[in-house]
Amino acid sequence: MVEKKRKKYTAVDWYITILVALIGLIIAYPLFFVVIASISDPNLVNSGQVWLFPKGIHFDGYKMVLMDKDVMLGYRNSIIYTVVGTFCNVFCTVMAGYALSRKDLFGRKFFNWFIAIPMWFSGGLIPTYLTVDSLGLVNKPVVLILLTLVSSYNIIICRSFMSSLPYELQESAKIDGASDFQILRQIILPLSGGTIAVLCLYYGVAHWNSYFNPMIYLNNRDFLPLQVFLREYLLLDQRLDVMETTDAEAIMALQQMAQVMKYSLIVVASVPFLVLYPMLQKYFAKGIMIGAVKG
Amino acid sequence: MKGANSNKKPVHKKILQCWQLYVMLLPAVLYFVLFKYLPMAGVQIAFRDYRAVDGIWGSEWVGLKHFERFINSIQFETLISNTLRISVTNLIVGFPLPIMLAILLNETRSPKLKKVVQNITYAPHFISTVVLVGMVNMFLSPSSGLINHIIEAFGGEAVNFLAKEEAFLPTYIISGQWQNLGWNAIIYVAALANVDTTLYDAAKVDGANRFHKIWYIDLPAIMPTAVLLLIMNSGNILNVGYEKTYLMQNSLNTTVSEIISTYVYKVGLIHAKYSYTAAIGLFNSVINVTVLIIVNKIAKKFSDTSLF
Repeated sequence: MVEKKRKKYTAVDWYITILVALIGLIIAYPLFFVVIASISDPNLVNSGQVWLFPKGIHFDGYKMVLMDKDVMLGYRNSIIYTVVGTFCNVFCTVMAGYALSRKDLFGRKFFNWFIAIPMWFSGGLIPTYLTVDSLGLVNKPVVLILLTLVSSYNIIICRSFMSSLPYELQESAKIDGASDFQILRQIILPLSGGTIAVLCLYYGVAHWNSYFNPMIYLNNRDFLPLQVFLREYLLLDQRLDVMETTDAEAIMALQQMAQVMKYSLIVVASVPFLVLYPMLQKYFAKGIMIGAVKG
Repeated sequence: MKGANSNKKPVHKKILQCWQLYVMLLPAVLYFVLFKYLPMAGVQIAFRDYRAVDGIWGSEWVGLKHFERFINSIQFETLISNTLRISVTNLIVGFPLPIMLAILLNETRSPKLKKVVQNITYAPHFISTVVLVGMVNMFLSPSSGLINHIIEAFGGEAVNFLAKEEAFLPTYIISGQWQNLGWNAIIYVAALANVDTTLYDAAKVDGANRFHKIWYIDLPAIMPTAVLLLIMNSGNILNVGYEKTYLMQNSLNTTVSEIISTYVYKVGLIHAKYSYTAAIGLFNSVINVTVLIIVNKIAKKFSDTSLF
């Protein structure tokens, strides 16, 4: 408290303050622009008249997005994959992480290598595809949950955190006759809230954002998650921009609308994260630091 | 004493004693066996002529045929140089920037500003690749894009970045830095927060200025982390983010944007040339692992930090 007033800002302090603020503004602006563009008049956005405030406010883009069958289907599917997937992820990761944190696990060293090696070497896309195919999982929605069931990196985060918990507690519980499952549930889990939040965040975001696996492994449109539809809307019609110069007014209007719909689509697709972000942000740094501890 | 005691227990007893831990490990182990180690064994199709009826283990063995074909193919040079160009540029740009940002944040006098800027810079990390590339395309659009509006506002002429080969790499790198700069800086910010503040006081007594402080205290404090990250990143030297590259590709930029992994996807999965592309994938992995091991060795020799 006292220190705050002790020293005046020097010139260098001001340079740094301004530079840091500028970096913040530059990184924030594209996101901010997407939001104001999504509620502005498409003509004004496309002609470059929207800069700092929305102009000609309307919500047509959002109406189009919310009435779009594909988007809604994808949204529903993505929620299911994310919720079920993240639950399975965290469940398996916590169990594996805990088991590996126990020094009395026979073969601990072997299992640590077993889990670390896939971080550096993988069979690659084609052998993985053929394996999934031979397991009969192609075009089965469950493939999206199984294929990313646990990640080595996240198990290591979990293991590092749990190894840092005092072992005496667990030992005395063991003497009292508690099973390993009871120790995990009653002693370890109540202490691991922050780590579990970080795992939920990492896994959840990965599920929500994934498009490559669904694109490769699923071909039934009813199973596709939001990102695959997003790709169709945001990226694949991009060629339309280049090709359609037949200058019919109707096409122009439609294109302009499509442009605004894209901004709205981005906002709608990011809503779950915008809601969760403020709640989870205090755990970010912590999670990354745990992960940084050498395995 | 206790340790010596437990070492004398027969192996089967030690195993039996932790059966519950093995049960906990089971789902993860099954996962790695099925989806990581089985595909690793499946890599052998790179040495075979894969036919679906014969399966991975039964197809005819052809040795290095596919590797030779790849190395002698016309795509070989393009793919390798495109991949290396993207990943090396990414490494050169992406390694120092987060360190600089972390030091800047650490030097910021106002804790409030520091926190706000940190939280802003993390946010883009969570945006999906599809949305990121969608935003890039929208912003760079020659007719309606934000970037071209800015260029025009300053009296320049609109540029069709998406159609320009030479714009691909800068677009890739800048959008990548926008997305991950803040996130990559977290680890350094945390390392700097752990620096013993008495060091700063001592330095001040010795008459150190701000630059001395950064050079002699801050940089050494983040060195181990930086080296570790450098090793890990160099192990991915040929693993360019294929998801993003694939999405950024269009018919006008493929000469610079076709990389090993996107080629493997297109030729392998879409045109079903499994063995040939599995060989390319393996070639990729082997180079990655080799680089990782070499860099790790070098790091071990010149600093105390190493991955394994």
